[in-house]
Amino acid sequence: MSTRLAELKDIGIRFGERQLLSNINITLHQGEIVTLIGPNGSGKSTLIRTLLDLQQPSSGKVVRHDTLRIGYMPQKLHIDPTLPLTVKHFLGLVRGVNKKQIAPTLAKVGIPHLENSQVHVLSGGETQRLLLARALLNQPNLLVLDEPVQGVDVNGQIELYNLIAAIRDELNCGVFMISHDLHLVMAQTDTVVCVNQHVCCSGSPQHVKDHPAYQALFGVPGADASLAIYSHQHDHVHDDSGEVVEEGHVHSKHCQHHSH
Amino acid sequence: MLELLMRALLGGLGVAAVAGPLGAFVVWRRMAYFGDTLAHSALLGVALGFLLDINLNLAIVVLCVGLALVLVTLQKKQIIATDTLLGILAHSALSLGLVAVSFLDNIRIDLMAYLFGDLLAIGQTDLYWIYGGGLVVMALLVAFWRPLLAMTVNEELAKVEGYPVEAIRLLLMLLVAVVIAVAMKIVGVLLITSLMIIPAATSRKLSQTPVQMATFAGILGCLSVCGGLWASYHWDTPTGPSVVVCAALLFLIAYTLPTRKMAQ
Repeated sequence: MSTRLAELKDIGIRFGERQLLSNINITLHQGEIVTLIGPNGSGKSTLIRTLLDLQQPSSGKVVRHDTLRIGYMPQKLHIDPTLPLTVKHFLGLVRGVNKKQIAPTLAKVGIPHLENSQVHVLSGGETQRLLLARALLNQPNLLVLDEPVQGVDVNGQIELYNLIAAIRDELNCGVFMISHDLHLVMAQTDTVVCVNQHVCCSGSPQHVKDHPAYQALFGVPGADASLAIYSHQHDHVHDDSGEVVEEGHVHSKHCQHHSH
Repeated sequence: MLELLMRALLGGLGVAAVAGPLGAFVVWRRMAYFGDTLAHSALLGVALGFLLDINLNLAIVVLCVGLALVLVTLQKKQIIATDTLLGILAHSALSLGLVAVSFLDNIRIDLMAYLFGDLLAIGQTDLYWIYGGGLVVMALLVAFWRPLLAMTVNEELAKVEGYPVEAIRLLLMLLVAVVIAVAMKIVGVLLITSLMIIPAATSRKLSQTPVQMATFAGILGCLSVCGGLWASYHWDTPTGPSVVVCAALLFLIAYTLPTRKMAQ
């Protein structure tokens, strides 16, 4: 087994009366992509914030191994419009950054031409890539990505997920990310953890997809025509997901989260 | 007369040079109301200074810093929305100050000077306070520039990358408190915030980077002080408000002139 980077042990989080998360156990390894999936308000972001030490768990503990170095990509970047800031300056704010790394990192995430642009004029996809670059500049062995494809169209989403997988292959870092859409991300993920206040199910993408707990939350896969289009995207990558599309299922109400 | 003017000019320039760059942070982090709250409470500091017979500048600094600490603590508890909290504190502190001042029977204080400033009343000791305090604030601002900016851009990213965000946030609040205490003599409690945010807002129009914006804000502040003093000298207008009017004019000019195409 590859090196462990961090472990969430029996994490429980309460906000006042409300038990947001309970009994969460997740271990993150070098070189492994773990995708967190769950409905809105299921506590995914809170769980990530707990790993990042931005949120204290009410019970359980977070084990961070000595070698752990996190590159974090927040869900959104809001910079006040009164603050003039170029891409280069934004990346220069990384603590202890080697400024020579900025240009190559921008090239790696595919936006080398934006070095001198103001951050306010970037498109959704460019902003996500900029945030990814910032996470990478922290020289991480674990990338923590909170909905990395937010505000990006479907083609852009697939590109971004491919980019993240490619970066994992190159750096052999761990990746822990939140996604709303298992079908888009499943080709590039090793383990899926389905969370809704607790861990509903986890394992390989195929295992989770067929799991009754997942289907209860998200509906039966392949039933939605818009999903069927993408389900073939990963067929050729994961040999065990060949039998995806079963025709004739009735679309479940739970699938509404797919409309962005 | 000339000596009086020189002192006023020196004092005003010292304050504006520091208030500008710090004002940039006030604008970026939307702390204008926070600045107002501290400023309004400064009058209470004056009253306490007289009552306890301690150095006025010291009393104001201590009160502003104390209030900044109280604010940070209350904000963390999230009992009530921050702007409401600031509104309550700002106006009750100002009123408390006015009430406290009315108890000072045997001392006549020029309330107008404290509310709207009196540049021409700057003494030699005030200059020491302005330049001493100003240098300390400037030095800290330069030394902690990157952490301050990283926190301003995104607190969570900064924290994950290992910046001590809580400490830096506190530092910024303390810097604002010190500048307000020092600047109070110049433009008065009701106008201090304007000396911080107006030059910074004007500077935004001219800048491409944070450093530029902070620098220009300082320069624009100094220009406003010069203009305000000149107007005050020629037309016998109140100095503090004249400085603010001058800053506002610069703002108007910057935002109405056609934009020079920036290299993008």
